[in-house]
Amino acid sequence: MRKPKLSAVADHAVLIAGSLFMMLPLLMLLQMTTIPDTEIIRNGPSLTIGDQFDDNFEKAMFQASGFSGENTGLSMLKNSFILGIGFAVGKIVIGMMAAYAIVYFRLRFATLAFWLIFTTLLLPLEVRILPSYEVVQWLGMLNTYQGLIIPLIASATATFFFRQFFRSVPEELVEAARIDGAGPVKFFIDILVPLSQTMIAAMFIIMFVYGWNQYLWPTMITTDEDMYTLVRGIKQIVQVLEGAVVPEFGRSNVLALVAVIPPVLVVVFFQSWFVKGLTESDK
Amino acid sequence: MKRAGFTTVSLPVMLLLPQLIIIAVFFYWPTVVALQSSFYLQDPFGFGSTFVGLQNYADLFSSREYRKIAWFTVIFSLLVTFFSLAIALVLAVKADKVLRGARTYRTLLMWVYAVAPPVAGFIAVIMFNQSWGPMTEFFGLLGYNYMVGVNYNDTAFAMILASVWKQVPVNFIFFLSGLQSIPRSVREAALIDNRSASGRFWDVTFPLLAPTGFFLLIINITYSLFETFGIVDTVVKGEPGNNPMTLVYKVYVDGFRGNDLGGSSAQSVILMVLVLALTVFQFRLIERRIHYT
Repeated sequence: MRKPKLSAVADHAVLIAGSLFMMLPLLMLLQMTTIPDTEIIRNGPSLTIGDQFDDNFEKAMFQASGFSGENTGLSMLKNSFILGIGFAVGKIVIGMMAAYAIVYFRLRFATLAFWLIFTTLLLPLEVRILPSYEVVQWLGMLNTYQGLIIPLIASATATFFFRQFFRSVPEELVEAARIDGAGPVKFFIDILVPLSQTMIAAMFIIMFVYGWNQYLWPTMITTDEDMYTLVRGIKQIVQVLEGAVVPEFGRSNVLALVAVIPPVLVVVFFQSWFVKGLTESDK
Repeated sequence: MKRAGFTTVSLPVMLLLPQLIIIAVFFYWPTVVALQSSFYLQDPFGFGSTFVGLQNYADLFSSREYRKIAWFTVIFSLLVTFFSLAIALVLAVKADKVLRGARTYRTLLMWVYAVAPPVAGFIAVIMFNQSWGPMTEFFGLLGYNYMVGVNYNDTAFAMILASVWKQVPVNFIFFLSGLQSIPRSVREAALIDNRSASGRFWDVTFPLLAPTGFFLLIINITYSLFETFGIVDTVVKGEPGNNPMTLVYKVYVDGFRGNDLGGSSAQSVILMVLVLALTVFQFRLIERRIHYT
């Protein structure tokens, strides 16, 4: 009976090492938000917990930085939420509508629409980034929320996901609904949407995190500092750290933490939905 | 399509329209523009453009710098893919095995999924800070003077480490879910047949996980090619100079900073071909996976 115990100890050792690998950078960041900048410049991160968190937090969230003076942590936080939620909602609504049309209607050009939509899964935004920028510029949508969100929606991941799900819904449901005299709109709103609740929640979590974490697109499309998201602001933070006489590590670490906390909380609290959505969307 | 579908025509068309308009304007149009401008030479001051055929492509393939970046991207992708898959597999196997604390480990090992790549890059910048970064000090103890942003290989290592850290959770989630879908009966049968744990792993678990692994392989290569942009950009602090960079980063640098639209578009098209090849490969694997189970 000794042997299995020993292997269990080894298993835990591996898992603890893995957890430390994941956690240590976060803990280091946390520690560095509690000490003054001068202390960081002298010694860097350490094991002592300081009392400067309030000060650093206040500076990061409420004091303006950048050239325009409109770029506070709070305004970036607001923009991040608008991007994350706007992207997730937009993608789910548009995706569900399109998937419903493709699965539940006899349309002559359904196959064509299907292929037009699913070709978008093949090429990520990054490979057409400059022409996309020009299109948005031409439409006059630079530095707007529409310009930030809509081009990101132009891929069919959610549509694909809901199509798979709708196909797994039993045929009898539509038949029964039709016998009872329900039209397509009523069927969609009263039956299909409530049935999809878990799927919608899973999609929302994945898409919210995806939207929140966008970097390249916001970097190109937003030049007004009051349009920056937190993740986009990281670029500026890094550059500011380089040039400054007394680099504001406290402030930048608080901002990095704030950029990380909302999506992490969402993923941790809704873990089971999120894992289900992630692992089932690939099929 | 459902057999008992509705036959109205106007409603589904209206439902499809938003999606179709968005992809027409923000997918097909830009893609066509990229293809087209890859055959043109743009005047850097904005005075028109001339058709140059395949010249932009020829320039790229003969450019030493581009070949170097392509080569770096290949090595970078291979290393990131290999290490994030290997570490995640080991952790998933252990997390699947332990009884106590399984949920806590799962949470601790997957939360990084939600961290944005540039934040991972930012953490790497802090960790490798020249004067007090913990990693710099660690290498200093080993007698090595680590210089991120100065030494090419040192910068590359920091990028790879940050990219692996960011990618392990996704692989962990998929591997764990793959392991948990292996039927109990199969595990018990294996337990009777083979007493050694490592033997059971290689003969039973590993082949059953292979489809998940193949799928993840493509996901990870795509990740290393595209999503690491934020990591590369923060680690080099927006100033690539002589630092290593990936192909996607080069598209951005040439097109957005250097105003070389033709060359940048040609690079985009090369990346498109690369991704298309990967995706076709992936679809063929998924088709095979159906026969697998």
